[in-house]
Amino acid sequence: MADLRCTIAGIESINPFWLASAPPTDKYSNVVRAFEAGWGGVVWKTLGEDPPVINMSSRYGAHLGSNRSVIGINNIELISDRPLDVNLREIEQVRQEWPDRVIIGSMMAQIDERAWKELAIKIAASGVHGIELNLGCPHGMCERGMGSSIGQVPEMIEQTTRWVCEAVDIPVFTKLTPNITNILWGAEAAKAGGAQAVSLINTVNSVISVDLDAMAPTPTVDGKGSHGGYCGSAVKPIALHMVAEIARSPETQGIDISAIGGIENWRDAAEFISLGADALQVCTAAMLYGFRIVDDMIAGLSNFMDEKGYKTIDDFRGLAVKNTVDWNELNMNFDTKAFIDQEACIECGRCHIACEDTSHQAITFDVAKDGQRSFTVVDEDCVGCNLCALICPVPDCIEMRPVKNDLPYLTWPEHPKNPLGEM
Amino acid sequence: MTHHASKAVCANVSAAQFFDDLHMPLGGLMAVKEADHCLYCYDAPCIQACPTSIDIPTFIHQIRTGNVSGAAHTILSENIMGGTCARACPTEVLCEQACVHNGGENKAVEIGLLQRYATDHLMDQISIKDGPHPFMRAPDSGRHIAVIGAGPAGLSFAHRASMLGHKVSVYEAKSKPGGLNEYGLAAYKMVRDFAAEEVTFLMGIGGIEIFYDKALGSTVTLENLRTKHDAVFVGVGLGDTNDLGLNGEDMAGITDAIDFIEDIRQTSDLLAIKLGQDIIVIGGGNTAIDAAVQAKKLGGQNVTLAYRRGEEQMGATAFEVDLARQNGVMVHLWSKPVAVQGEGTVRAMTFEQTMLKGGKLIGTGETYDITCDMVLKAIGQKIEGADLRGLVTEDGKLKVSENYETSLNGIFAGGDCVRSGEDLTVQAVQDGKQAAIAVDVWLQNN
Repeated sequence: MADLRCTIAGIESINPFWLASAPPTDKYSNVVRAFEAGWGGVVWKTLGEDPPVINMSSRYGAHLGSNRSVIGINNIELISDRPLDVNLREIEQVRQEWPDRVIIGSMMAQIDERAWKELAIKIAASGVHGIELNLGCPHGMCERGMGSSIGQVPEMIEQTTRWVCEAVDIPVFTKLTPNITNILWGAEAAKAGGAQAVSLINTVNSVISVDLDAMAPTPTVDGKGSHGGYCGSAVKPIALHMVAEIARSPETQGIDISAIGGIENWRDAAEFISLGADALQVCTAAMLYGFRIVDDMIAGLSNFMDEKGYKTIDDFRGLAVKNTVDWNELNMNFDTKAFIDQEACIECGRCHIACEDTSHQAITFDVAKDGQRSFTVVDEDCVGCNLCALICPVPDCIEMRPVKNDLPYLTWPEHPKNPLGEM
Repeated sequence: MTHHASKAVCANVSAAQFFDDLHMPLGGLMAVKEADHCLYCYDAPCIQACPTSIDIPTFIHQIRTGNVSGAAHTILSENIMGGTCARACPTEVLCEQACVHNGGENKAVEIGLLQRYATDHLMDQISIKDGPHPFMRAPDSGRHIAVIGAGPAGLSFAHRASMLGHKVSVYEAKSKPGGLNEYGLAAYKMVRDFAAEEVTFLMGIGGIEIFYDKALGSTVTLENLRTKHDAVFVGVGLGDTNDLGLNGEDMAGITDAIDFIEDIRQTSDLLAIKLGQDIIVIGGGNTAIDAAVQAKKLGGQNVTLAYRRGEEQMGATAFEVDLARQNGVMVHLWSKPVAVQGEGTVRAMTFEQTMLKGGKLIGTGETYDITCDMVLKAIGQKIEGADLRGLVTEDGKLKVSENYETSLNGIFAGGDCVRSGEDLTVQAVQDGKQAAIAVDVWLQNN
């Protein structure tokens, strides 16, 4: 069985699966249940200065598939609404009872040095392994000058990170918001401020749906709604991109990555690790199914590693980073064509109509005298876009086959048709 | 000895109360789940397999998006009796057989159940919430069409003709509308008086009047209808049944299966249904199955279905034959009735075993007897010719052109009384719809 232990920001964890700072890590009883279920660590729900905030009734909305499967959730909940001291005493207690598990204290404050430093010192004194700066919350707290209102300004990210690093001698994680134009600016600022790790992504700004009877966004609070933070499997592609950008940028080398964003199962976890994540944080999946989902995350990741021959997380961590490049570094001479396995084809015609209406009219549709429908790729017209293979309901029925053309690797900057190439 | 349907039935129970749905309807979540199973095929084979060409992928997609009334509209715009067809169609040999999932590792989409979900939804909206009829009539054409027969063909014709702006008078021999939907389908396919509800729904378009107890013959004749109206549509179905051609066929205890089914569908007290203890149903079509299964469900002790050929040649679908067996019906194949035994009342039937030789069915000479006190004949129906004099027939049915024109100018025909396809409700509805469109064109030139 593979060794799932990992180290991030110098902190050792029995596995890479932590619960993110959110309702599931709100209090002693939840966190203990999570540790009993097998989670390696938690980031305690974000703490602020007293008096604690007051939360709304009606807090979550969901983006549902037609079959009521949850594609994503958004929320308008604020940070911990319990007194700071109550939270800190509970953290101390869990630290004592669960010495092999990680607890990170999440915090936020207004852009004021004294506030950040005093709060950080109090939290560090409770025995947490590290402190995470919540610079990402995109609703409510940002209207009070906290959360994403700081995280959207690189100079403020650097400043708050530096304050906390000066105040405490435990590792600092800076949590980044995706609601920016370039994630690297935030990550570079965190590094400049002294953070050992970045955590990303926080939730994505969103209106998740409109109640067409109330004519108001959901979740609806007494007839009105506000934008909230979007999370769950729908945001995973956004998170993968941002993690990869940080992992492959020369400017952000040396900073660890705690990856967050739509991690629902072991496969998601493996993808983030392959793109350079040192550890992982999960929230929505636990909110949908309970803490027990960590079982399959652990077993699935372990089985995957055994099958691939990876003995430790480090054996495959970041292996996909070197293959993540700018568009300009891709091979223009690569050519791939769709190939339809006629035996496996069930004749639904989806590939044909998708290609015919929206792509390159490269799949013909014929009906034989006996009614047999056949769909054939016209190689000359197929540009290798993958659309047919993606929408085909039969696994492996449409295969994208690389064409052997013996042409050299040729990028756009080197391409003879690039008007800027010869300048 | 004949007894009554006492074992399985409490006192004063009608078929509508006693028989449960053969296929339980889908709830909302199940319907969406099943709709999700549909691949939304392009130029889908299921559409081509439907005699009425319902745009099945579109209506299923509409269920998936929560546009259930829209789904019903998609169905009903091609098949105004989509509710009955959802219940009674042999989908296993029509749309569901064509489902592309059959070619993969999956089971076919439950198209019939989804169609029922959508049509029931809309009909409930109309009947319970007093919603509007989903189709509009074109401006009044000033033309008046007579329809003979208020069965699926006649009513489908009437609805489409009304949509096209014509006034329609329907003459029906019986005292209720619906034809075989009302009288001829097994009770477990049409629970809770659905046939009557559907006619009420269909009539909601307006412009249609039905005259009951007006059989062709004495007061209503083809000729006077033709004189009084701009066009006539004949949708009389098959009013007569085939005989076994055996001596003693008129003995007590021997009756037509179609009459037995009608009695069950129409009674207000199932106890009053005459039921034997040892019942033989003769025939291999869906009517034979409907009769045999209902006989068993009502408490018949020994129910035997005898068919002169093999299972592959049966008109009933494999699903229907399985249904009979699951209900305890004994199926005797390659058995041809050759003699009726009894005196005044049937006591047994003698069957000769048969075989195929060079493609021809021949008797082997070996015979056997089955004791019985009731025989239900389901060996096919034919048109009642007498009152359709003047119309040319071909192979026992009315001869029509591809525009449903009979041999007499201005008289059109469709449904089971013509040879357009299988004798199914869905085919009759298609005939009625297409004939109405053809008559509309004809009227513009006449």
